[in-house]
Amino acid sequence: MKIASPLRSYTAGESRVTAKGATLNEILANLDQRYPGIRFRMVDEQDRIRPHMRLFVNTSEARGLSDSVRAGDTVHVICALSGG
Amino acid sequence: MGTSIWIGTRKGVFCLRADARRKGWRLAGPQFLGHIVHHIVQDSRDPKLLLMAAKTGHLGPTVMRSMDRGRTWREAAQPPAFRKAAEGEAARAVQRVFWLSPGHASEPGTWYAGSSPAGLFRSLDGGDRWEPVAGFNDHPMRPKWVTFGTPDGEFLHSILVDPRDPKHLYIGVSIGGIFESMDGGGDWAPLNEGVEADFLPDPAVPFGHDPHCVALHPMKPDRLYHQNHCGLYRLDRPGRRWIRVGKAMPKKVGDIGFPIVLHPTDPDTAWVFPMDGRTVWPRTAVEGKPAVYRTHDAGKTWRRLDDGLPRAQAWFTVLRQAMCTDRESRTGVYFGTTGGDVWASANSGERWTCIARHLPEIYSVTHAV
Repeated sequence: MKIASPLRSYTAGESRVTAKGATLNEILANLDQRYPGIRFRMVDEQDRIRPHMRLFVNTSEARGLSDSVRAGDTVHVICALSGG
Repeated sequence: MGTSIWIGTRKGVFCLRADARRKGWRLAGPQFLGHIVHHIVQDSRDPKLLLMAAKTGHLGPTVMRSMDRGRTWREAAQPPAFRKAAEGEAARAVQRVFWLSPGHASEPGTWYAGSSPAGLFRSLDGGDRWEPVAGFNDHPMRPKWVTFGTPDGEFLHSILVDPRDPKHLYIGVSIGGIFESMDGGGDWAPLNEGVEADFLPDPAVPFGHDPHCVALHPMKPDRLYHQNHCGLYRLDRPGRRWIRVGKAMPKKVGDIGFPIVLHPTDPDTAWVFPMDGRTVWPRTAVEGKPAVYRTHDAGKTWRRLDDGLPRAQAWFTVLRQAMCTDRESRTGVYFGTTGGDVWASANSGERWTCIARHLPEIYSVTHAV
């Protein structure tokens, strides 16, 4: 996974980490086990990706957390904001 | 022992510390630079513990905890969150943790949190793990009580615990009104009689009001005050009808504002910061001339306190969590502005000094020992 800078306080500054799972949901659950709290900052309690974040699997934007992920894929966490 | 004032801003946390004479203020921080911090509150039962309501522009809301008076912080293991929505049910998600209140003195680990959209949450372990309070969040009347919010959403705030009874609670909801529970949050009832709601088609509704800040006096818990979108009120329980004490404010100033803070020992003394609520609601200091107003007689009369504040062309306001008192014998009063300045008075508001400038927009100013 490629971790956006706002989330690197959870990964001890690492911008790339490895996670296991066959879906984004499983990947994020695995990530949260290693970096407790990171999932809730990205995904709300109704399992919706937060409004200013996007998840990509390789170059395709994820439609939801049930999207599948294959071994070797790169999951990108993208953050976007506007204004000061 | 010195005085500490914690400052939550739109871009992080700062702390002002002074000596026992409340002189020589030193600014520390920022901590959590870039975080949106709505509230920082010290535990009245365990002063080493502080909780902070935080989020960032991108990341979801959370609660940070310090066990060493703010030197180091750790994230709550389970931040406030609504329960998972059932099939076909509106799915609510906490957008921001807006308010934090310690529980009753007899319940040392208990804390309450209020959120936007309006939700009430409780922790039994000093703020580490939070659960929704179903008695309010899933109350059958909640969809009628909370129908619409401000442009930033609805806010649940002013979570008050009766010092005589841990099960007796009050909350404020903007927009929704003031609600009371006698059973620890299991059931709730509106408490808005006498409060005006001139923005609604029926101004005499039992709920749907916009309390900005509600306060209960710790030494006289039957005495409540509240600063509303439609005026300034007092209620003496067991009465149920609020009296608009803001009618005693000067007409050209009005009685609209966000914060109200109470004297720590005198239930008849309170401070407010009026703002311009006319026409398009500029929400600035009235006429650009900021002033605090104080009552010594439970709202019968109010006195303007502006010595030391800018005389003109100062267009800030003070948000609802951004004003507090200390507990010194001559009460200190503090407020932070939307322009990023912190003002202090060591003599109950008689004379003001700016003790920090150029901070980000200030959301919260709280006293700590």
